[in-house]
Amino acid sequence: MSTDLDALYQDIILDHYKNPHHQGLRDPFESEVHHVNPTCGDEVTLRVHLADGPDGPVVQDVSYDAVGCSISQASTSVLTDLVIGKPVAEAMEIHQTFLELMQGKGQVEPDEDVLEDGIAFAGVAKFPARVKCALLSWMAWKDATAQAQTEGETR
Amino acid sequence: MEGLLPDLDVIRKDFPILERTLAGGQPLVYLDSANTSQKPQVVIDTMVDHLERHNANIARAMHQLGAESTEAYEAARDKVVAFLNAPSRNEVIFTKNATEALNLLARTIDLGPGDNVVITEMEHHSNIVSWQLACERSGAELRWFGLTDDGHLDLSNADQLVDERTKVVAFTWVSNMLGTINPVTDLVARAAAVGALSVIDASQAAPQLPVDVQAVGCDFLVFTGHKVTGPTGIGVLWGREELLNQLPPFHGGGEMIETVTMARSTYAKAPHRFEAGTPPIVEAVGLGAAVDYLGHIGLEAIHAHEQAITAYALEGLQSVPGLTVLGPLDAAQRGGAVSFELAGVHPHDIAQVLDSRGVAVRAGHHCAKPAHARFGVQASTRMSSYLYTTPAEIDALVEALHHTRRYFKVD
Repeated sequence: MSTDLDALYQDIILDHYKNPHHQGLRDPFESEVHHVNPTCGDEVTLRVHLADGPDGPVVQDVSYDAVGCSISQASTSVLTDLVIGKPVAEAMEIHQTFLELMQGKGQVEPDEDVLEDGIAFAGVAKFPARVKCALLSWMAWKDATAQAQTEGETR
Repeated sequence: MEGLLPDLDVIRKDFPILERTLAGGQPLVYLDSANTSQKPQVVIDTMVDHLERHNANIARAMHQLGAESTEAYEAARDKVVAFLNAPSRNEVIFTKNATEALNLLARTIDLGPGDNVVITEMEHHSNIVSWQLACERSGAELRWFGLTDDGHLDLSNADQLVDERTKVVAFTWVSNMLGTINPVTDLVARAAAVGALSVIDASQAAPQLPVDVQAVGCDFLVFTGHKVTGPTGIGVLWGREELLNQLPPFHGGGEMIETVTMARSTYAKAPHRFEAGTPPIVEAVGLGAAVDYLGHIGLEAIHAHEQAITAYALEGLQSVPGLTVLGPLDAAQRGGAVSFELAGVHPHDIAQVLDSRGVAVRAGHHCAKPAHARFGVQASTRMSSYLYTTPAEIDALVEALHHTRRYFKVD
């Protein structure tokens, strides 16, 4: 059990938990969402700022204010590292890869080239109750990005 | 240790699940009884026996099994009547759980604009949301007692809150988060003084305190089966007979009618008035066995045991650096659920590490978000004991909490 526990609480996760990257809410932003995990009460307010790039929109900034467990906090920090500066299309692919890892019940081999520090969450997929913790901010980011893009189209 | 149940070893043997081990060969340390209690062999056997030998629908099957099943179901009602010291067997209604019992009341008690309903800030969501919905439907106003810093009800503005337009005062007997035991007879008297109905949520009280509805003098009281060593899927609404028969039906269907024509129906009196459709028969039978079991051990003795274990737990928890207990610190003023925070570690992470050592607790908001918000807490960890809990299990919890601090390198 302790090996499973160590697989869950990898040092990378604990490092991100103690020193989260890109924390705080910043301007400018095109969309802001508030997502809650109703079963445990974890919450995240997340903003997305997109900019025009040569090949379509780019994720210029993701800022957030979140309360929750080490898994949800670290996952938010890793998310921002992975998507900030990337074209939206590529960031969405990373999102899909992370989602597949989390929903893979521990059977999916993580791709370090794509997920970088995100591979540390492979152990979380073995704890069904914690998958939602890891996905909270990722779902919020996808929602906010979709809203920001709609916003961009209507303008 | 004074107050512990004298035959604790024997009692533990009544609960087969306490024998099992978890991943890594860890023995189970079950400290989540406020969430759901474990079940004694007699409850399990009674339910299996009913299913193996007496299963039939009740009150409508004209055969021997039907008669046996009906008798077992109604005998279970009599056991609950005795458990609550209810004056009449017509006053005990079987529901799905305490939530359904509260919703039954919130749906059927007549409210209108200008009326108000008074609840408290320490309620379980079931005793908040059901009344919010009732007030939204009817235009009545929802009011609530706040909490003091030490986790008691703030009664300083009680005379303003409970007034001549108050229709219902609904409150928990024992808080599922803070553990606080509320002054129920005082609250019932305040409701009665203005002609309001009193509704007690005894979900956390019924497992660990003697509940005597006549002594308390309330109008309605609810509890759930699975926290009193019974099965899930069965709860109880007790109400004064004359009040129950004044309420309109809740669910329409079989069993709750007197007669039905295509144009209209007339309704049975309580309890059948509120037991539409085939009820949870084997669950009721199991609940009967459960309250009988608790009655044999004695609720006074169980209460003393819970207080002894809670006092020991409060002492042990306070030896953990950075740990803050939410709610009263005096075991005499509280039930056996103790919620706490540990600086630097989130409740889910605490629960996860404790689980790896076989210690089962609850983490989160315990369906009491407003009570958490009152103390500026987003989530907490809760240990809750019961009649089978030993001091050694509390030691295991405390040691596991020290381990949790080391694991997350707090300090």
